Amino acid sequence: MSESHASTPVAARVRRLEERLIEAGLVSDTELDQILAGYLAGAAPLNGARIVARAWTDDEFRSRLLADANAAIPELGLSMRSGLQEQRLKVVANTPRRHNVIVCTLCSCYPIGLLGPSPSWYKSEAYRSRVVREPRALLDDFGLALPDDVEITVWDSSAESRYLVLPLRPAGTAGLTEEELVPLVTREGLIGTAAV
Amino acid sequence: MSNASSARFAPGDRVRVYNTDPVHHTRAPRYVRGHQGVVVESQGAWPLADDRARGLPHPRVEPVYTVLFSAHDLWGSGAHSVTVDLWQSYLEAVTEV
Repeated sequence: MSESHASTPVAARVRRLEERLIEAGLVSDTELDQILAGYLAGAAPLNGARIVARAWTDDEFRSRLLADANAAIPELGLSMRSGLQEQRLKVVANTPRRHNVIVCTLCSCYPIGLLGPSPSWYKSEAYRSRVVREPRALLDDFGLALPDDVEITVWDSSAESRYLVLPLRPAGTAGLTEEELVPLVTREGLIGTAAV
Repeated sequence: MSNASSARFAPGDRVRVYNTDPVHHTRAPRYVRGHQGVVVESQGAWPLADDRARGLPHPRVEPVYTVLFSAHDLWGSGAHSVTVDLWQSYLEAVTEV
């Protein structure tokens, strides 16, 4: 596993490369900031919450989403194209018998272009090493006590796919509209460390 | 692409991750090397991370598979499953005995 990103040789190389490009007059600090801001503008857990609320209220959208998320999310004005290359998005649905949780054990892959930067614990060695080894105990520490008959699948984003969990719609929300359901979904629910 | 390889595995196939330890970057996590799993999905073809990290001008393009491992196989205990996304050249076919 890699250590903290800020101290890695890659981070140092990126900083040196930025300095050389700026010195050479090829790009300015402001332009680099604008590129990053453009990438992250609108990238927030709210996007994931909107996807989930739509899936809870529209069974046909849910089917399309689980079959091919890249093709389905443009229906909400979203895409996985915000980076240099389009990434594959895979949405995994919780059921009453199966809970899903995502991780990147090799580094910290996460659907940043869609959800914004990941929480710091997601990048920690403690989370990355423990969730593949003893997810039930780890989720318990997150305050998510799963019944014994719920099986757990951990999705390790080790290649070019990025994952999103589709939580179960909470009980007692049958009367709520799609718009009213959106605020119920948390970033942790989209990662799988919370129920919703 | 000329250096794209065709798919050798399909969902349901049993595979083993090669137990190699290359000196260069690879995205076969150490904890699954040498272990058996089952292909659950084909993800299409993607440039091989190992070749890209080495700066090779024409990285191989290979199918990537979602491979499901049982915790018991990986750690000797645990009832959960772990899926890992693996490029084709990380995998060999397992023939049932």
